[in-house]
Amino acid sequence: MGAYAYLAPSNVSEALAALQREADAGNRTQMLAGGTDVLVQMRSVDRGERTFVDVKHVEEANHLDIGDDEIFIGAAIASAILFENEELKGILPGLLESSDLIGSTQIQGRATIGGNLCNSSPAGDTIPALIACGAICVIASPGGNREVAVEDFVTGVGTNVLSATEFLIGFRVPRPQGKSSSAYLRFIPRTEMDIAVAGAGVALTLDDSGTCTAAKVSIGAVAPTALVVPDAAAALVGSKVDDAALAAAADACSVAASPITDKRGTVEYRRKVVGVLCKRAAGIARDRAAAL
Amino acid sequence: MSKVHVSTSINGDAVEFLCEPHQSLLEVLREDLNMTGTKEGCATGDCGACSVLVNGRLVCSCLMLGVEAEGVELTTIEGIAGEGGLHVLQQKFLEHAALQCGICTPGFIVAAKALLDKNPDPDETTIRYWLAGNLCRCTGYDKIVRAVQDAAQELAYEA
Repeated sequence: MGAYAYLAPSNVSEALAALQREADAGNRTQMLAGGTDVLVQMRSVDRGERTFVDVKHVEEANHLDIGDDEIFIGAAIASAILFENEELKGILPGLLESSDLIGSTQIQGRATIGGNLCNSSPAGDTIPALIACGAICVIASPGGNREVAVEDFVTGVGTNVLSATEFLIGFRVPRPQGKSSSAYLRFIPRTEMDIAVAGAGVALTLDDSGTCTAAKVSIGAVAPTALVVPDAAAALVGSKVDDAALAAAADACSVAASPITDKRGTVEYRRKVVGVLCKRAAGIARDRAAAL
Repeated sequence: MSKVHVSTSINGDAVEFLCEPHQSLLEVLREDLNMTGTKEGCATGDCGACSVLVNGRLVCSCLMLGVEAEGVELTTIEGIAGEGGLHVLQQKFLEHAALQCGICTPGFIVAAKALLDKNPDPDETTIRYWLAGNLCRCTGYDKIVRAVQDAAQELAYEA
């Protein structure tokens, strides 16, 4: 077996070459972004030797591009840097509030949305928010870039579609048009520094009369991976996002959830709470969209 | 296993060191550079005792590899006091008795400095949320919050 090593490639092609070289040599590789999950895991559950490939110096993974039709968010951008971007906060409030919820000020200075997704925890806060806003993963692969919708990226608890010679460069997010907005809410027993018991991300579009014309709902921490809930979105579309529509969306989330009982909550509790979170998040997204 | 050569800046001084690729910055600071002001509490990013500034941004040095310090500017608790003596925050922590055992104090001082550098006039809620990643098992936090508020006021007078 290999030893610990550290590589800091400066662009995608260098990074891909490094991953390939290490794989050919039989060495285990580990992509490193903020390290706030990787280093903790390295000292507890998995001490195996590996070559760290630091994505923070990869030029393409540090791009932030706010275009008229599309936004690109590099996988290596720290959460605190994104949250300081007032323009982005106005455009994708649900995504930015989901990443801002993760950890302390110290964690925010390192942690990335890309790392949160690649860690692939069932409770990753940014994952339902990414799904709700229609984010697509741009993956560097030996044969060229490939793209995978965020809802198809995570394959199970801690697993995802990336091979050992691939890594996440960033996200393409369609820019919300007209009266479109989003929100993410999670429940934790404390007010800070905790892991979601349940979470819900909602993105929606209103027409000039306040009728919802499009919606996407995703829930987290209530199944092995974040779930898309088309029935909840269908309950919102065509409505004024009034109490009846919100209640129907909440019910759809409770039905779609397939949670486990653990120290953070029971099956029954999580089913109930995820519906409440969907209802409240949809209300916030509606109010934000109406104010545009 | 070969050590990696790292060139960095710590509290304004150019520093070079050799470290293992998987060593944390905290281990490098304390064990290799003998800068023991930065404390190890949990070593899992929960307690903030190991807080340092990396290019002015607050981070847990236990959650950063030593090799990641290449080319950055680090500020540790050893760099907070000026030539003329204690930093206002340090003085206010003493005056308000905002510490008992002291293990968390360097982390709190570094974190509070990062806050006041960014926001010279934070309200109590802002201070409490900013410092949520710094745990203290002695004081109950009130004295710490008051010390930071008082320091902010004094720094405002000085400015």
